Amino acid sequence: MSDHPPPAPAEAAVMPHGAEEVRAHLKIYLAVFFALGVLTAITVGIAYLDLPSKNLAIAAAMVIALVKGSLVALYFMHLIKEARVIYWSLALCVVFFAALMALPVLTSMEHL
Amino acid sequence: MLFGALFSSYILIRTGSEQWPMGRTILNIPLATLNTVILITSSVTMVMAWASLKMNQFGKFKLFQTLTILLALGFMVVKAFEYGGKLHHYEVTLVEGSEAADKAGALKITGHIDHATAGNGGAITSWIRSRDDLHDGKISFVADPPAGSHEHPAAIELAAEDMERLTFFGPHRDTFFAVYFTLTGLHGIHVLGGIVVLLYFLLPGSRMWRTDPERFTGRIECTGLYWHFVDLVWIFLFPTLYLL
Repeated sequence: MSDHPPPAPAEAAVMPHGAEEVRAHLKIYLAVFFALGVLTAITVGIAYLDLPSKNLAIAAAMVIALVKGSLVALYFMHLIKEARVIYWSLALCVVFFAALMALPVLTSMEHL
Repeated sequence: MLFGALFSSYILIRTGSEQWPMGRTILNIPLATLNTVILITSSVTMVMAWASLKMNQFGKFKLFQTLTILLALGFMVVKAFEYGGKLHHYEVTLVEGSEAADKAGALKITGHIDHATAGNGGAITSWIRSRDDLHDGKISFVADPPAGSHEHPAAIELAAEDMERLTFFGPHRDTFFAVYFTLTGLHGIHVLGGIVVLLYFLLPGSRMWRTDPERFTGRIECTGLYWHFVDLVWIFLFPTLYLL
């Protein structure tokens, strides 16, 4: 009873069980930090470019924010090591969240 | 959930409004960018604090936890400067046909109140609410520099009769500022809450490390999840409010 089953190979590769694994992850954290900094600079730079289309500017800013948010969630919040069931429940949240965001836009179509 | 509902409301208000100001024309982008970098850095120090515990380095945990708290406080200080700037920034709507409107060449001018001749006019503690608050019934108003310039025009004197409306850039000013203060204010409250929890685990809460290190590490991981979420919300707030 006291023996824990060994983790699945795919999970073991990314899961920081012990000190050694955590030490190996430090470089990843710094790489993510660097990426977040660069993406912040890009998103501010794009805003000052005055893109010809407002929709393009919104799309660019939101895609960058999504990438940044994903990096934070995957690496800092350790989502990348989570079990499949967590992904599915989160995916459901994403769907509802997207619906909530789309609702005001869809209802404003009557102005077209 | 809370922020999701507010973001959705923001989209509803924005798509339904006739016109919407570009955030970057009225908000302070350098300060907001600095705050973005501060918050991202604090996320890294937070994850390093947790990783230090995992590696059994309690001293390093204390260092990174302290850094996270200092960065969080730095975020709030920058925010205070940003809010302060808005609360000292005024818009005057001049009476149509008045001499002042002719001189200014526009009905609406933005700028700040010159403290020297306006009594306490520009200070946060003495918002101008009625004509009685005006020193001698007048203000000395310094308009913002025209586009492309950094030089303020000379101060102009405005009498109460010349002004139809005098308002600072607070939440009451228009829908944009109501949304801006609601979203950034709520986020700021989350940062403050985070500081309290981070301080607790740095000082009295850290005693658990000696009795139950694994459980303490778990608590720091949960604190981190909250803190990274605060970062995550800001990552979306920054472009939607400030840049677009």
